[in-house]
Amino acid sequence: MDIRRRNNIRITGRQDGPTIVLAHGFGCDQNLWRLTVPALAEHYRVVLFDYVGSGGSDPTAWEEKRYSALSGYAQDVVDVCEELDLRGAVLVGHSVSAMVGVLAARVAPERIGSLVMVAPSPCYIDSDGYRGGFSAEDIDELLASLESNYLGWSATMAPVIMGNPERPELGEELTNSFCATDPDIARVFARTTFLSDSRDDLKSVTVPTLVLECAQDVIAPREVGAYVHAGIPGSTLVTLAATGHCPQLSAPEATNAALLDFLRGLR
Amino acid sequence: MCPADDAPEPCEAQDAPSTDAAFSALLEDSVEDLYESAPCGYLSTLMDGTVAKINATLLGWLGLERRDVVGHKRFADLLTVGGKLYHETHFAPMLQMKGEISGIALEMKRADGGRIPVLVSSVVKHASEGEPLLIRTTVFDASDRRAYEQELLRRKQEAERAHRRAETDRARLQEALAALQQSLLPASLPAVPGVETATYYHTAAPDRLGGDFYDLFALDGARWAFFLGDVCGKGPRAAAVTSLTRYTLRAAALHDPDPVTALSTLNTVLHERYTGGDPRYCTAIFGILTPDRETGHVAVTLASGGHPPALVIRGDGGTDFLPTPGGLLVGVLPHASFTPATTTLGPGDTLLLYTDGLTEARTGPDRAELYGDRALLDFVAARAGASPKGMVEALTGLLESLGDGVDDDTALLAVGVPRTPASSRPATDHRRGRQ
Repeated sequence: MDIRRRNNIRITGRQDGPTIVLAHGFGCDQNLWRLTVPALAEHYRVVLFDYVGSGGSDPTAWEEKRYSALSGYAQDVVDVCEELDLRGAVLVGHSVSAMVGVLAARVAPERIGSLVMVAPSPCYIDSDGYRGGFSAEDIDELLASLESNYLGWSATMAPVIMGNPERPELGEELTNSFCATDPDIARVFARTTFLSDSRDDLKSVTVPTLVLECAQDVIAPREVGAYVHAGIPGSTLVTLAATGHCPQLSAPEATNAALLDFLRGLR
Repeated sequence: MCPADDAPEPCEAQDAPSTDAAFSALLEDSVEDLYESAPCGYLSTLMDGTVAKINATLLGWLGLERRDVVGHKRFADLLTVGGKLYHETHFAPMLQMKGEISGIALEMKRADGGRIPVLVSSVVKHASEGEPLLIRTTVFDASDRRAYEQELLRRKQEAERAHRRAETDRARLQEALAALQQSLLPASLPAVPGVETATYYHTAAPDRLGGDFYDLFALDGARWAFFLGDVCGKGPRAAAVTSLTRYTLRAAALHDPDPVTALSTLNTVLHERYTGGDPRYCTAIFGILTPDRETGHVAVTLASGGHPPALVIRGDGGTDFLPTPGGLLVGVLPHASFTPATTTLGPGDTLLLYTDGLTEARTGPDRAELYGDRALLDFVAARAGASPKGMVEALTGLLESLGDGVDDDTALLAVGVPRTPASSRPATDHRRGRQ
């Protein structure tokens, strides 16, 4: 199987630099890293990919069973690392991909040398003594909302093709596919993401880890960032002055600065 | 419009100032009122989502007070939890990437706990230096539209379920057809000592159920029976007759292998089964092979019921039909007479049985002519001395060259004696035609 095509792998940046793999979260694709890549490209080799079922991946490779567990997504990460024969790469995972990165690092420790977890949450649902930010009913509502957005997803979410005078770097080709996902696949990804509980996996992390949280994030609130930081011994927690769940877009300078700071410390 | 250089000509635009005044007086509208009481919700937020301005229409829909919202709530706070997650994972990133987003279906929370389905469009307003300043958002009440969409969604899901069911049914039907098809033809022909056989089979119907049939099987240690025929029609109904015919002939041959008797038994069975509104009949040649181990020759006794005559192709070049005149269609009349014939195959000789799918294939530029018996005779005569396998290969090539001129089922059975007598190893070549 052609992993490069399956996962729409793109490699950019400095080819002889240390390798950084950027893993997107639920909802979008590798384009989410548009404002991150330029900051890394000077010194690092940057690997971008889409999970099977997202972005420009090969949808025929998607299997419901495999992608109904975070381990299936972790296998995508491992497949990408093996395809490129990476050793000791830095894996930057956004949102659910932060925990996917934890699983991947455990499966392929020789390939992943450090982790950056952007807006991570090991469990979205509240339970005894743990506050994930959502109740089980909330998550059911999200899943129902995905159902009711069925038309929105297939038609309305397909972005309008038009010029982008303020941001000429965002070409039509990229914005065109951004976030456009098959509704059936998105439903499985959403369920897997928001019903997962990976809290027990945190303690398995042994590599240098940076936890990047946002000051205001309804999906991954501050308590969750603190929980992840406490669960991974030796990890570094940085709170970005950012609102929302995508600091790499809403506060790219601060996000890139924190990321580069961590990367410099690894040398 | 009033032409600028044509002042003397009176025109309507001269009334414009008075009309504008009349409209203004009538509407008593102001920009402020237009904003506050617009038939859609307006709100402006800072880049972090904090609501900076919101119109009265939207406050009214949500049942909220301005002082509780402006500076206190973010746009996402006004959404249901599902809407909030959707906003964070899709809406906000897209807006940040593209600077605008339109027509997104979300749900907003009302103060009384109710919810309003809305369609939301947002655009980022930039400062003159290009810095993003704020987000302007319009909100449309989409209650009716959402109900309609849900109905569409329900129908789509129903259609998808029906499609999946149909696919399953189709797969099951194909499996059944394949099993039935296999019951119509022998999987392989038995080895006959000192004899080489070759076959070809092609169905015209897309469901692969054909009305042509052939078989070859052992009767006892010394004799083998063979037959080839053509049931009228094609497709599943013809296939049912084919099946009945094949098993009747097999059973009849084991009871009494005389070719005329076997065909008479088939006639009785088909006539009895298909009298009434759905007459079905077939043409067939049935025969017996008796190899002589001493001489290497094979004695052939056969009878025909309305079937095109077999061809005997001699290794030395003499080629001719083996006439079986007067044999009637099998199954039409309660009692039918069939015509027997005999021949002996020596080394290099081949007996060819075929169906009219070959001889009635359409040829010529406009497919107006039939291939014909004479052309077939010339074709095989030119290949005299070829083995049964070689002969069937040549005929397969001929059929392929006729393309869509072959519009009926076609079956070929060639039985011959090799020039250098082989042992009794299996020497059958099976060909299945293109679909």
